[in-house]
Amino acid sequence: MNTPLDNPVLRVEDLEVRYGNLAVPAVNRVNFEVRRGEILGLVGESGCGKSTAAMSILRLLHPPGRVTHGRVLLDGIDLLAMGTREHRALCWKTISLVPQGAMNALNPVLRVENQIADAIAAHEDTRSKGPLTPRINELLALVGLPSRVRRLYPHELSGGMRQRVCIAMAVALRPPLVIADEPTSALDVVVQRVVAQSLLDIKNRLGNSMLLIGHDMGLMAQLADRVAIMYAGRLVEIAPVADVFRAPRHPYTRQLIESTPTIGQRRPLAVNEGGPPGLGTRTAGCPFAPRCPHAMPRCANEPPAMAQCGEDWQAACHWSAQP
Amino acid sequence: MSTMRGSSLAYLIRRLAMFALTIWLGLTLMFLIPRMAPGDPIAAMVARISSQAGRVENSEQMIQAWRTRFGLDAPLYQQYGRYLWNSLHFDLGYSMAYFPMKVEDLVRAGMPWTLALLSIATVLSFLVGSTLGALMGWPASPRALRLVLPAALCFTSIPPFMLGILLIYVFAFGLRWFPFAGAYAHEFPPGRNLDFVFSAVHHGILPATAIVVTTMGFWALGMRAMMVTTSGEDYMILAQAKGLRPRRLFWMYGVRNAILPQVTSLALSIGGIAGGSVLVEYIFTYPGMGYLLYQGIVNNDYALIQGMTSILIIGVATAVLIVDLAYPLLDPRIRRGDL
Repeated sequence: MNTPLDNPVLRVEDLEVRYGNLAVPAVNRVNFEVRRGEILGLVGESGCGKSTAAMSILRLLHPPGRVTHGRVLLDGIDLLAMGTREHRALCWKTISLVPQGAMNALNPVLRVENQIADAIAAHEDTRSKGPLTPRINELLALVGLPSRVRRLYPHELSGGMRQRVCIAMAVALRPPLVIADEPTSALDVVVQRVVAQSLLDIKNRLGNSMLLIGHDMGLMAQLADRVAIMYAGRLVEIAPVADVFRAPRHPYTRQLIESTPTIGQRRPLAVNEGGPPGLGTRTAGCPFAPRCPHAMPRCANEPPAMAQCGEDWQAACHWSAQP
Repeated sequence: MSTMRGSSLAYLIRRLAMFALTIWLGLTLMFLIPRMAPGDPIAAMVARISSQAGRVENSEQMIQAWRTRFGLDAPLYQQYGRYLWNSLHFDLGYSMAYFPMKVEDLVRAGMPWTLALLSIATVLSFLVGSTLGALMGWPASPRALRLVLPAALCFTSIPPFMLGILLIYVFAFGLRWFPFAGAYAHEFPPGRNLDFVFSAVHHGILPATAIVVTTMGFWALGMRAMMVTTSGEDYMILAQAKGLRPRRLFWMYGVRNAILPQVTSLALSIGGIAGGSVLVEYIFTYPGMGYLLYQGIVNNDYALIQGMTSILIIGVATAVLIVDLAYPLLDPRIRRGDL
């Protein structure tokens, strides 16, 4: 019998991405899986490699970035090993993308309906545009947009509406996995909620899985089932979101959570100053050690590996692994 | 949207006022500039006549008579008023150099040649250049295409008349494939027959090539830069993720957006066609507007220069007006109300 655990939608194995000849990979042997019907949050600060990882999964990485190791298995099929043509025929049907909220992700000279129709027509045999209209209306209704939006151009829509059009487009072919890359960034707070709610509604209605990329732990708490925390190209912790919030194992995860502002108390910023090491310099030990409040002598020399630290819970930290 | 109807009408009025202002300013400049240039057209004309006739009696009186005839003895403001009035009525007056020919007739004779030669050359140059540029700026293009860039730069830096001379030397003088000069062979006078058409095309190929090859690079470079920008846009990345066919990506997401600034330049070029290509037409002795303008300048022929430049000014201003009004059809972002 297949339990959700046995049969993930997406399994990323040992993914390594490098930019040009830089010493350190931008994504460093990352392993995770997205289970059927779940939302997995991939969290980290800017430059930690989360978007690079997402782009690699979508095969949208542009030179000088390239995947140097690893596999991306979608239902057991390695997407990275496919031919270009083969992958193109498969892509939006299997994994789609909701781009960053800040992006001008819609073609300014095409009407909304044409851009959605484009995605459908690229993968299905549609001779006439007639029968597509009800389908597009239905998709727009799914994200709470009236059907008149169909005839509009992107500049006639607000940021939130544009983002919801992107969500509608992402589920046009009912893919098993949607990757949302900071879908609410650069939107104002009210609109962020609307967009986040749309994502959640869609997932609950259509039952797709989602890989949600972001840096906002608050959003993750609201949407994700599990979170994977990345730091300097490595995965440092992965666990169900409630567990992580209750008792984070990795000091970096703790700092991420504590840096989420709350109304009740005002407190100084929890994150230590400084930033992750650049891609030009190799670090011998744990990349977080220089900023870590619990750093031990061992941390400077020996990189910690991901280790099981609870049921469905992994972390890569010498300090938290101590008995 | 319908509430914006008023603003689009205001825009139209503003735009038309700008059109009128441009033309007035251009006409005024073209009235003043030739009059500030050294040389007297009447004296030059009488000198030409006397050199042909050997000797002319009373040349002083003759010059004076001609001056009166052309209205050049009137005060400048009167000349200016008459000039504007006549321009508004498209009465371009008599040519001084080709007297008693009227400027209008000279233009009527030269215009079709120029229009045919230059509109074909310009459109061809735009299409070929923009397509080349689009391919050069497209990341998925074959790498070999990148070699076109230095070639394009090289050809753009050659002035068209220089290439014209080279073409004449190689293809007319050396290989004898094409005629040296003129717009058609004299045994086939203009008319509705294939012999004439063939002859006209045969004469047009070299000058057209000179223009196309040297101006193509301009379009290619502009298009290439825009295409590079466009292919890095977020909508391009999303369209790639959608798995669109490369052809659709290239045309509807790439070219369709990259072409927008090119269209404005094209309109300016099309408007400028009316003035002809002075140097190319001169090199090929092509009986078009450029050649005529050259003659006008050489002979200090005020009337001819004014007539030709006013046509040029009106041509460019009209082209820009049309583009401004038609641009919203191309770019939905600047659609004003229900215009």
